[in-house]
Amino acid sequence: MNTGPEETAGPGGPHPAGCGPHPDGLRRFATIWSRAVYPTTATCMTRAEFEEHLVPLAELLSSTLHARPFDPGPARAVGTALVAAHCTAPESLPQILGVVDAYLLLYCADPALLPPEEGRARCARLQHAIAAGFARALQERTRAEQESLSRAALAAQSEIERALHESETRFRAVFEGATIGIGIAALDGTVLETNRALNDMFGDTERHHLSSRKVTSWVHPDDGPAVWRMYDELVRGEREHFRTEKPYHRPDGTVLWTHLTVSLLRDPDGSPRYMLALMEDITERRLLHLRLRYEATHDALTDLPNRTLFFERLEQTLARGAQTRFGLCYLDLDGFKTVNDSLGHAVGDQLLVAVAERLQTCVNGPGQLVARIGGDEFVALVADPACSGDVTDLAERALEALSTPVLVDGRELPVRASIGIVDGPAGERTAAEVLRSADITMYRAKAQGGNRYELADPDSDARVISRHSLTNRLPAALEGQEFFIEYQPLVRMSDGSVEGAEALVRWEHPRHGVLGPDRFIPLAEHTGLIVPLGRWVLEEAVRQACEWQVRGIGGTRPLRVNVNLSPRQLSHPDLVAETVAVLENAGLPPHSLCLEVTESAMIRADDAELKPLRQLAELGVGIALDDFGTGYSNLASLRRLPASTLKLDRSFTRGLQHHPADPVDLKVVEGIVSLAHVLDLSVTVEGVETAAQAEHLRALGCDSAQGWFYARPGPPERMAVELPLAAAH
Amino acid sequence: MERPSWAPQGIDLSQPSVSRIYDYYLGGSHNFEVDREAARRAIEVFPGLPKVMQANRAFMRRAVRYAVDQGVTQFLDIGSGIPTFGNAHEVAQAATPDARVVYVDNDPVAVAHSRAVLEGNENTGVVAADFRDPQAVLGSEPVRRLLDLHRPVALLLVALLHFIKDEEEPGKALAEFHDTLAPGSLLILTHASTEGGPHSTQQGREISDVYRSVGSRLLMRSRPEVLAFFDGFELVEPGLVSMPNWRPDSPVDQEDPVVFTGFGGVGRKA
Repeated sequence: MNTGPEETAGPGGPHPAGCGPHPDGLRRFATIWSRAVYPTTATCMTRAEFEEHLVPLAELLSSTLHARPFDPGPARAVGTALVAAHCTAPESLPQILGVVDAYLLLYCADPALLPPEEGRARCARLQHAIAAGFARALQERTRAEQESLSRAALAAQSEIERALHESETRFRAVFEGATIGIGIAALDGTVLETNRALNDMFGDTERHHLSSRKVTSWVHPDDGPAVWRMYDELVRGEREHFRTEKPYHRPDGTVLWTHLTVSLLRDPDGSPRYMLALMEDITERRLLHLRLRYEATHDALTDLPNRTLFFERLEQTLARGAQTRFGLCYLDLDGFKTVNDSLGHAVGDQLLVAVAERLQTCVNGPGQLVARIGGDEFVALVADPACSGDVTDLAERALEALSTPVLVDGRELPVRASIGIVDGPAGERTAAEVLRSADITMYRAKAQGGNRYELADPDSDARVISRHSLTNRLPAALEGQEFFIEYQPLVRMSDGSVEGAEALVRWEHPRHGVLGPDRFIPLAEHTGLIVPLGRWVLEEAVRQACEWQVRGIGGTRPLRVNVNLSPRQLSHPDLVAETVAVLENAGLPPHSLCLEVTESAMIRADDAELKPLRQLAELGVGIALDDFGTGYSNLASLRRLPASTLKLDRSFTRGLQHHPADPVDLKVVEGIVSLAHVLDLSVTVEGVETAAQAEHLRALGCDSAQGWFYARPGPPERMAVELPLAAAH
Repeated sequence: MERPSWAPQGIDLSQPSVSRIYDYYLGGSHNFEVDREAARRAIEVFPGLPKVMQANRAFMRRAVRYAVDQGVTQFLDIGSGIPTFGNAHEVAQAATPDARVVYVDNDPVAVAHSRAVLEGNENTGVVAADFRDPQAVLGSEPVRRLLDLHRPVALLLVALLHFIKDEEEPGKALAEFHDTLAPGSLLILTHASTEGGPHSTQQGREISDVYRSVGSRLLMRSRPEVLAFFDGFELVEPGLVSMPNWRPDSPVDQEDPVVFTGFGGVGRKA
């Protein structure tokens, strides 16, 4: 085996420590050894460090080689040390031993002390010992490393198990302690686990009610339409979750309402595995909601549906569109106020309750609803009547049902009611429009004497609606200065000069345009708004007359202004004082003002009512009897009236518009004129439209005239322009 | 009912582990047959692998000594694996006894083993965390206890980043570490590559396949790609080079050609 180079170590004496060879030999051996072994190690030493590491090992081998008696045992430590230096690769050992075999005797032996043959034998023994030490150390190291790895794996595993256990304990506590109901089911609907809250919700203390049944058996008649479709989609993995309100049967037969959220749980590969259901008990909340909803939609007194619910239904009915019809009966008790006022509210309430009960018996179909929408106002809605007859039948049944007197506190109270019926195709009108029409129609039934029904009619609706809306708007119109005055000249017949003008009030309505007095004066009269409106007209007209006079319009004879006075103004206690104040404020002489009062108003007035007129007349204010000839005047009474002028109604002069004039009309007008003149009244003719008319009237002795022939009513500034024109006629 | 999906993952010892395979390359016995099997297959396509791993270790030791020479005595070694011998703390503490080292790994066995090995060493700590979650690493108790982040730290990412895919944004995580570390901190990094050594791109693909088959990825990156990881760091001499060429202790001509595969470098945060 010793194939090494020729011995180069110089001769030397035996080493005192038993290692005989030259120190350089050991160093060289270590270099050769390191060069052979280093590439096979995994050591973290550098080459130089490794070589340094080998020097003591070479020394140990050398001393063991020379020891007497020879014992190869210590060489084992060399194998052990090399394993410690990570020369553990399988190819390391041949390298380690190969170098020992080839170079140990050459560089580390002292031939003087060790004969070559013995040296070779000893070297072989040493190699055996190194290999044994190496094997032993490697075995020990491998065992130790395997053990430490197993310990580490075990430690890691128990650490993870501990964490897992903690996590599971935590989640178990969350699961069990949650106030929300939690259930987990397999995809086939088998209930796998439920928590305490869920079992409590179901009143299922033994937990078998829930776990013994499949999820799919929890069908309830009130399930939403989409619940089971969404369930199927979830099970198929097409949906991740759904949310709904769902009722369940409890074991005790009651119903549990839940807010339910179901989620799909997938495994790590993404395939559906479980369903997770989260449930919140909303039974109480739902009941409360239903009760609140009932209270909000029902009348506390009669328990009938209220206005809110009625409008909801009406709107739903009307929203179905024109292919369906609807019918509505609007019923109002006749004379209910009297019952309330005379017998007290308690009796009135009992009467209403009885009426409600009777009306309730009249509706018999699923699409029919009776509601109380106001004090004594009831409505019956028919969702889709086959024909109008259905609705009138209902109205008749209602009147019939109310025809027997109601017994309240031992007293028989007769009940009468007026009903307005609206029916027609849905989708044309809004709920408010329908109800207004029914209301108008009901009032028509009342106006016809009550205790009857009337059918809605678009024309009467329209009339009422426009009257109604104008009336409602009047105050705002006065406030908003929507009124203005036009003036129509009054012409002296004798010379064609203008003596004054009649003030005519107009309403610039924002929607309907300019409205004449016939459209709104009666409404204002009715509501009493005529008083402020009349005062405004008077002030304005007086101010205007004053302006004309100041500007000298009308020439030498000051222009007069005529202002209409309504019956209500006539009876107003402050008429005289206010008129005087207006004149004084403006500085207009009383004779420049003429108040026109209709014949009918004047002849109706008693002496007390005529007194203010008389006072005004005494002050010099002119009084004209307007529309004379339309009011069946007692001619004899003309004498007692404080009038100074008759204004002859246009109906008398129509026959005089053309040549030849109607001879009868001529005679009548002639008679009136001469009568008036006898009574010291001047005569003004209205509605003069043609030159022929003007000619006839002048011939008949009329004092003055007005009409389109002279001038139409116009703005005050037109007076300056029109005066010459009027005079030209 | 089965274990819920929110529970922590267990250890599956029937699956090979990157850190135990690494140990096998280094001649250790901290591995199981599944690991050795995977390692043998990798060595088959890339015969010099153990040498490359030793070169990684040798580079790491030289770089740690360099760090200590530069006055950096705090170390954060991420992806440290199973400590066998010649670990960062041994090298560092040999150079300066008060060196502090925190090891980070996401392999629970490696972490447990590290704990056992480091028991009693007051200046070392172990964190079970992942490089991809820098805040978990930096906010961990051992890091807060042992490292003063106001002073320079050497961040060791030795043979780690080639396991992180681009879509996992290693650059972003690295930037987070960079931003947290004090100026003067060092980045000590090695990365697998088929550039530089005698191995072909084909071999690179094959070894990547081997790792993919054991549930890991081994990504060969080009030199410019590896260089990009030093964004914000200034490379110290000699720059990003093959591992044996980085400040060698001894002449490199004695090295096996295979160890010139891959890159190593050290960068300093300005």
